[in-house]
Amino acid sequence: MSKLYSGAEIVFKCLEDQDVEVIFGYPGGAVLPIYDELKNFKSIKHYLVRHEQGAGHAAEGYARSTGRPGVLLVTSGPGATNAVTALTDAYMDSVPLVCISGQVPTHLIGTDAFQECDTTGITRPCTKHNWLVKDVKNLSQTIHKAFEVATTGRPGPVLVDIPKDVQFQKTGYTKFKTQKKINGKIHNKFSQKEIDELIKLMTLSSKPIFYTGGGVVNSGPKASELLRELVNLTGFPITSTLQGLGAFPGNDSQFLGMLGMHGSYEANNAMHDCDLMINIGARFDDRITGKIDEFSPKSKKIHIDIDPSSINKNVKVDLPIVGDVAEVIGSTIKTIKKVKPNFLKSNNQKISKWWEKIEKWRSVNSFDFVNSSETIKPQYAIQRLYELTKNKDTYVTTEVGQHQMWAAQHYKFDKPNRWMTSGGLGTMGYGLPAAVGVQVAHPNKLVIDIAGEASVLMTMQEMSTAVQYSLPIKIFILNNEYMGMVRQWQELLHDKNYSESYTAALPDFVKLAEAYGCVGMRATKPEELDDKIIEMINTDRPVIFDCLVDKQENCFPMIPSGKPHNQMLLGPKDQQEKKITGKGKTLV
Amino acid sequence: MGKSRSAYSIPGKQGKFDTHIIVVWVDNEAGVLARVVGLFSGRGYNIESLAVAEVDPKLNISRITIVTTGTPQVIEQIKLQLKKLVPVHKVADFKREDKKVIFKEMALFKVVGNNSKKEKALKACKKYNPVILDKTNKSYVIQITALRREIDVMTKNLKKLGLISVSRTGAVAMTRGSEIFK
Repeated sequence: MSKLYSGAEIVFKCLEDQDVEVIFGYPGGAVLPIYDELKNFKSIKHYLVRHEQGAGHAAEGYARSTGRPGVLLVTSGPGATNAVTALTDAYMDSVPLVCISGQVPTHLIGTDAFQECDTTGITRPCTKHNWLVKDVKNLSQTIHKAFEVATTGRPGPVLVDIPKDVQFQKTGYTKFKTQKKINGKIHNKFSQKEIDELIKLMTLSSKPIFYTGGGVVNSGPKASELLRELVNLTGFPITSTLQGLGAFPGNDSQFLGMLGMHGSYEANNAMHDCDLMINIGARFDDRITGKIDEFSPKSKKIHIDIDPSSINKNVKVDLPIVGDVAEVIGSTIKTIKKVKPNFLKSNNQKISKWWEKIEKWRSVNSFDFVNSSETIKPQYAIQRLYELTKNKDTYVTTEVGQHQMWAAQHYKFDKPNRWMTSGGLGTMGYGLPAAVGVQVAHPNKLVIDIAGEASVLMTMQEMSTAVQYSLPIKIFILNNEYMGMVRQWQELLHDKNYSESYTAALPDFVKLAEAYGCVGMRATKPEELDDKIIEMINTDRPVIFDCLVDKQENCFPMIPSGKPHNQMLLGPKDQQEKKITGKGKTLV
Repeated sequence: MGKSRSAYSIPGKQGKFDTHIIVVWVDNEAGVLARVVGLFSGRGYNIESLAVAEVDPKLNISRITIVTTGTPQVIEQIKLQLKKLVPVHKVADFKREDKKVIFKEMALFKVVGNNSKKEKALKACKKYNPVILDKTNKSYVIQITALRREIDVMTKNLKKLGLISVSRTGAVAMTRGSEIFK
């Protein structure tokens, strides 16, 4: 007879078979049997967080910086509900997570037992799928299926809820073999005909643009390489969503910067005026499209996505191609090389006028700002941070708000998986725990959380985790004492009624850092910024860097709500010089 | 800044609504109905009626029939989102006007009254294959199968003939002829 294993052992045997090396978690009554087994599985390292949301975001940071699924282990009831924000965040941003939660013993389910909640019910809308395992015989199969669902197709979070009695029950375990069989939910059935049609449209176009998103990053490093090849091969301009940054080099001349609500003037105008839009792994999010009726009215639209339900969800497209980004781009390049070997040459002429137009938009220099010698401008702080860290293969996470947009505008990424930010859900408090997860995955790399003082306070307790495991993350706080983006919207949309967006009692971040046992630093003047940033980079311990910035600064350019892409609101410098108001600046 | 005071876009033009019957084949497992129904409520889709039962005990398959309304774009989304659910095997979609498909609902009517009233009620149901399921001196329980709007009409008409209680199912659907879906 084969050896019998307890449910708790099976959990770890499955994780071992899935090559999981790291889990983030927090113990509690309903997962104690699993925690008891931890000591017997040396290949798996557990990181104790301070709050289950932190475990979730850390697992997200781990997953997004490695391309592998992140695993978290939480207890029943509050453990599971605390993880819900992180699961939802991962669901919105397509991050593969496997959450294992404890549950009260099966005979107590439904009795309102201590720390009981309907975990599968609560997490049903925020996971790709979830399971309540009521019989230990189904446990290993369920966990392996969970990994498969999380990592295939459009990635996302899954949850396996394991009652405490199931963790004690014993059964046999057969080693997991990766199956070659393609699961029914994977959609990679694009045809050569679609590729031919794509190339035909590319040949006909005189005003094309690539609009790429997080799907390129999710498809793996190969997809980014192929994207670079395709863009070079065609000579087309390219813009990226917030999540896609890094898939294409941020300082390449063909790159127009990020698009969308706070995207560049050239990217948004090019999106509006183009005659061919090639969407690769993006989802026509409302921060990108603005008013749908007036979104890029004159263009043919191609949408390459692995998720069939992303096609025609927000914007009707002319040519959908359902498939993995790397494979679609791969076949496109192959076909172009075969049928149109001198595509670039024959096309350069055709799109030269288009590039002229784009260069005019680009000369507006829409990310520009009025610098100051008195106070640190937040944009300046990020520019300096970028200049001083760009040669270090730096990983950047962010919180949510103005600082996030400035980071996206001014920090240039040239590799995928280096930029972790909460885009879909917009979760304040994401960046610090995500940085913990990134640093765990890349112990010798520089990991910076570009933060706002309001966001970072939401998950500040995870500094304690960073200190415990000697994770030298750098928390770079652009401190303006306001919830900056809320303040900006209140200024622009609600007649400067700054309702509850000022934090009147902030902690002293330097002392707070010291209390946590890490290093606190503060910069108040522009001239001291560089030295302090260098000092931060050279500190081999976790750092909280309190960068006091201009309190009134707004994030521009901006597409006002309900406006199309070609009616952007530009920054104060431009408004002073050209007296352009919200409405009149259609074309340069 | 214009009139809009929201950081979200304003709604665009609303398309025309059609009624569709969506048939979903799913694994008959705990929570599967909640997943399907939750998808509809979570994404703001409409459910007019719902019928669900296991149809293949050996393969453990249930068949869910949902009557819904939406723009063509929404109907397309409903199908694609349903197909993404792990326990869903296949999804069929029929327009209510589709002649190749049969739609039926079942209704039970409890009619109370004297013999003449009861007989009148039964006669009124004649077109819809009435079956008397229960009979007492004072009452009938009549079963009919018909279309939704026909049952609506019957429910109204039988009021004056002693109808005191109605129970009805959601629509079920099947294609005509020897073909099956997929």
